[in-house]
Amino acid sequence: MQDNKKTGICGKLYMGLLLLFFYFPILYMVAFSFNETKSLSIFSGFSLKWYQRILKDSSMVSAIFYTVFVAVVATAVSTVAGTITAIGLSGCRKLLRKSVHQINNLPVMNPDIVTAIGLLMFFSVLTVKKGLATLLLAHIMFCIPYVILSIMPKIRNLDPNLADAAMDLGCTPMQALIKVVVPQIMPGIISGALIAFTMSFDDFVISYFVTGNGVNNISIMVYTMSKRINPSINALSTIIIVIITIGLLIANILPVINEKRRHKK
Amino acid sequence: MKNFRSMAYPYVVWAFVLIVIPMLMIAMYAFTERGNSVITFRLTLDNFKVFFSDAVFINIMKRSFYIALVTTVICILLGYPAAYIAANLGSEKNRMMMVILITIPTWINMLVRTYAWLGILQDNGLINSALRALGLPAIKIIQTDFAVIFGMVYNFIPFMILQIYTSLTKMDKSYIEAAQDLGANRLQSFIKITLPLSLPGIISGITLVFLPAVSSFFIPKLLGGGKYVLIGNVIENQFLTAGNWNFGSALSLIMAVIIVFLMWLTKKADRDPNAEGGL
Repeated sequence: MQDNKKTGICGKLYMGLLLLFFYFPILYMVAFSFNETKSLSIFSGFSLKWYQRILKDSSMVSAIFYTVFVAVVATAVSTVAGTITAIGLSGCRKLLRKSVHQINNLPVMNPDIVTAIGLLMFFSVLTVKKGLATLLLAHIMFCIPYVILSIMPKIRNLDPNLADAAMDLGCTPMQALIKVVVPQIMPGIISGALIAFTMSFDDFVISYFVTGNGVNNISIMVYTMSKRINPSINALSTIIIVIITIGLLIANILPVINEKRRHKK
Repeated sequence: MKNFRSMAYPYVVWAFVLIVIPMLMIAMYAFTERGNSVITFRLTLDNFKVFFSDAVFINIMKRSFYIALVTTVICILLGYPAAYIAANLGSEKNRMMMVILITIPTWINMLVRTYAWLGILQDNGLINSALRALGLPAIKIIQTDFAVIFGMVYNFIPFMILQIYTSLTKMDKSYIEAAQDLGANRLQSFIKITLPLSLPGIISGITLVFLPAVSSFFIPKLLGGGKYVLIGNVIENQFLTAGNWNFGSALSLIMAVIIVFLMWLTKKADRDPNAEGGL
């Protein structure tokens, strides 16, 4: 791989085509969400009417609300629970640690539909009514493994004597945890939270199976509406893309800003 | 860190209840009769008999694995050059930029990205409108195998590229230099050194493409139309429409067993070339 300047015209063209393939449909959809008419091939004029239509439709507004609400709650709960568990696991015997990792791998590796039907049957057998509660439980359940996975390497690099030293110097275990351990693993916690947020925000398959009682997220709305042409879906999809892009920008800019601050010090 | 050991215990209980028990329930439902309650159930193999005696279901299962296989092969063939070019982009900054550009689409909802193609591929979408404007006959794209495979490749190829890219950048470059010093030309050093060393990336790429492709149900539904059925659609239908959990569980169990077997086979194939003494 030493041939640095060997990315010839062909290579550049190939990558260009690939990126076009990746981004063209997304940009096309965003553009047509502003189309005046229903047509998906002729852009006849700029209009915000599909967005207005979404705002007038209470089921779509509630879908947007539930998507954000579930993502925020699932992220908060799974980040806290995942951090606590990861710290706890690092002190556990190897057998327990390994078993928890194996169990965590199940929802990560399984096809979503398998996780989804398992949860569907579980909730139904317990006669839990499908709705917001089951949706939240499911999201927290599939987010925690990702949080643990992103924190674990940071804990492994941590000097195990640090917490002990803090306690020798008079910290309570709680203080040692909050003042010494957590700041050290903060990058892992933040990236875990970001993964959890996008996983939850983007989820369709699991949500589709475990929700009910009129509680829908944006993905489910897109799926159920996609049977016929409806430009509102373009607008709804554009909203998803904008929110995820903002999240990604923040995620990519934050480390850069932190880095700069560190350099200034 | 041993002081904090007990902090992991609540999650052990949680994981058992919300991850292990639902998985066990799939196995239990697959082997029990329909209409049983959890407490009084009768074991049976009927759900599997229905599957293996009905050509319709066997054909759907075959087709799902066939479509996933074709998707995976296309992802390797198109993804490898992309990963190779990206890994050779020279400056660290360019490479990072390319990785970010390839990653961004994977963060956007797959359903939305699949839906995005509808406007382009549809009978009255962009491609056919363009053809009509040029006076050419329209072509049927949507509701074909092509559309479904196309949609799957679109959704899953970034995972393949990123996995191969990672294995290529992790590679010790001095191997290639050594091979070229010893007289290998670029093609030889690629086939003998680069390709075998990037095999782990291909293997993990296969896992990330094949698994979701087999079980996908919204890609065939959106791009294949209502009549296009893969195993994911049958499972969805058994659970959400037909209400036959037992048969649905049996189907997902059969699917899972085949997947695990194929993955085992792939991992084995990964070790064999090295065992022959290549490196």
